[in-house]
Amino acid sequence: MSIVLASGGPVIPSFGKGSSCEIHNGWFCAGWVRAHWGDTLQPALIQHVELAVVAVAIGFVLASALAFAGFRFRLLDPPIGFLADFLYTIPSLALFQLLVPFTGVTETTVEIALVSYTLLILYRNMIEGLRSVPPDALEAARGSGFTRLQTLLHVELPLALPAVIAGLRIATVSTVSIATVAALVIPKGLGQPIFIALEQDVFKTEILSAGGLAVALALCADGLLVLTQRALTPWARLERSA
Amino acid sequence: MASEAAELVFDEATKQYAGRAEPAVDHLSLTVPAGEICVLVGPSGGGKTTALKLVNRLIELSSGDIRIDGTSVKAQNLVQLRRGIGYVIQQVGLFPHMNVEANIGTVPRLYGRSKAWVHTRSQELLELVGLDVSYGKLYPAQLSGGERQRVGLARALAADPPLMLMDEPFGAIDPIVRARLQDEFLRLQREVRKTVVFVTHDIDEAIKVGDRIAILREGGRLAQYDPPATILEHPADDFVAEFVGADRALKALALRTLADLELRPPAGVDGAPRLSAETTLRDALSLLLAEKRDTLLVVDHRGNAVGSLTKDDLLR
Repeated sequence: MSIVLASGGPVIPSFGKGSSCEIHNGWFCAGWVRAHWGDTLQPALIQHVELAVVAVAIGFVLASALAFAGFRFRLLDPPIGFLADFLYTIPSLALFQLLVPFTGVTETTVEIALVSYTLLILYRNMIEGLRSVPPDALEAARGSGFTRLQTLLHVELPLALPAVIAGLRIATVSTVSIATVAALVIPKGLGQPIFIALEQDVFKTEILSAGGLAVALALCADGLLVLTQRALTPWARLERSA
Repeated sequence: MASEAAELVFDEATKQYAGRAEPAVDHLSLTVPAGEICVLVGPSGGGKTTALKLVNRLIELSSGDIRIDGTSVKAQNLVQLRRGIGYVIQQVGLFPHMNVEANIGTVPRLYGRSKAWVHTRSQELLELVGLDVSYGKLYPAQLSGGERQRVGLARALAADPPLMLMDEPFGAIDPIVRARLQDEFLRLQREVRKTVVFVTHDIDEAIKVGDRIAILREGGRLAQYDPPATILEHPADDFVAEFVGADRALKALALRTLADLELRPPAGVDGAPRLSAETTLRDALSLLLAEKRDTLLVVDHRGNAVGSLTKDDLLR
């Protein structure tokens, strides 16, 4: 043991207690993952899902309201688009820190930042989707006696759905990714074990397992949204192949 | 909801766009009797589509009036007015996200009809427009252009409106399918007897489908409003004569069939071409010219000769 200390070897978690893989900071120690699934990885994963779901849900509601406004009143579209663009350009690290003086070291700070990143993608896709409705379908709706609201509900919204879900997919995947940075502010999410591992002389197993979970989470969420889209818009694939 | 065909009256109907010298539709007055097909035809700039859209108020009148069964379109709630008028457009405008049945059912659903009612009705209408009932489950992207237009027609008929507006309905369809759709539309019209306003730029289509033809000239002025035979035989002026074409005498022959003529006895004309009584005079004449014959035999549906006709008989 003293030999290891004298050689200035890595200071790794559960020093001296772990397997030889952990002592030598191997690339992936399955034993560590099994031992710490319950106390580290699983709680972080659940927190991560919560952070992302709340952010995408609030972002979706906000972006929908903005998109209806920007679609109905064309004059509003450029300023809303610019605001969403602007929010999107702020680096996430900077935005988290900028918000702390106002909203404190809280989950609110994290959610505000995450939501602001979803707005641009969701808003743009919603507007594009609503505008992509074929003009002949709109004329047929008008000529058949649809009211404005009926046109929106029965024609424009369903036809915008593929674009809306495409936006949700990008927003969800990027939110899952950005949410790891939230651990800079609050000790939550899959970023937390990564930060701890970085402090502990880059403990590779913890970084890879937490990072891998973030990637897997993003892929699963994306897959779920693809399935949702297929179920909700069976006509969309026919349109593309037609 | 459903009803008898309605009489449609254009009364000095005018559409003047701001900043334009000429009106798009200029004091148009004509009456379409209930259950008849009125074709609006003319060169582009003649205001035929504008005139059509004045009826369901997709374009609002500048002055004058349009009445459906005596009620001014201006006096009616816009949405109610449109739901009572079938509307068919060239691009069809089927809703890509709805299957055929849902497309056909759109207007009845707006009226609050049940899904079951719409299902039954769409099956009736699919048969009426010559499509198999299995088409109900297909999406527009799975249909050909001709099939889409049939569905468009079924959708316009779904609420059984007393009046139909058709804006170049067969204009985007290839000639062979178009001819078949025209025939089926006429067969369908004999069943449903709607009042129809039908816009086309094709004079041959106008002659074929119209009970009456309104020829509009530049500036939205009515040049002539008469049944096809009158327009062909007595064009009101040089514009109409030129518009219907130098072959108007031949076109007039296409309006009549051998059944309209008095037959000679069928004896003593061996080897003559044999034609059914439904053949048009134009096709009969064309055949005689092609075969260099002077006489033809008219046969019944069993093929027995019932009479004969000479070339001169056809042209008389």
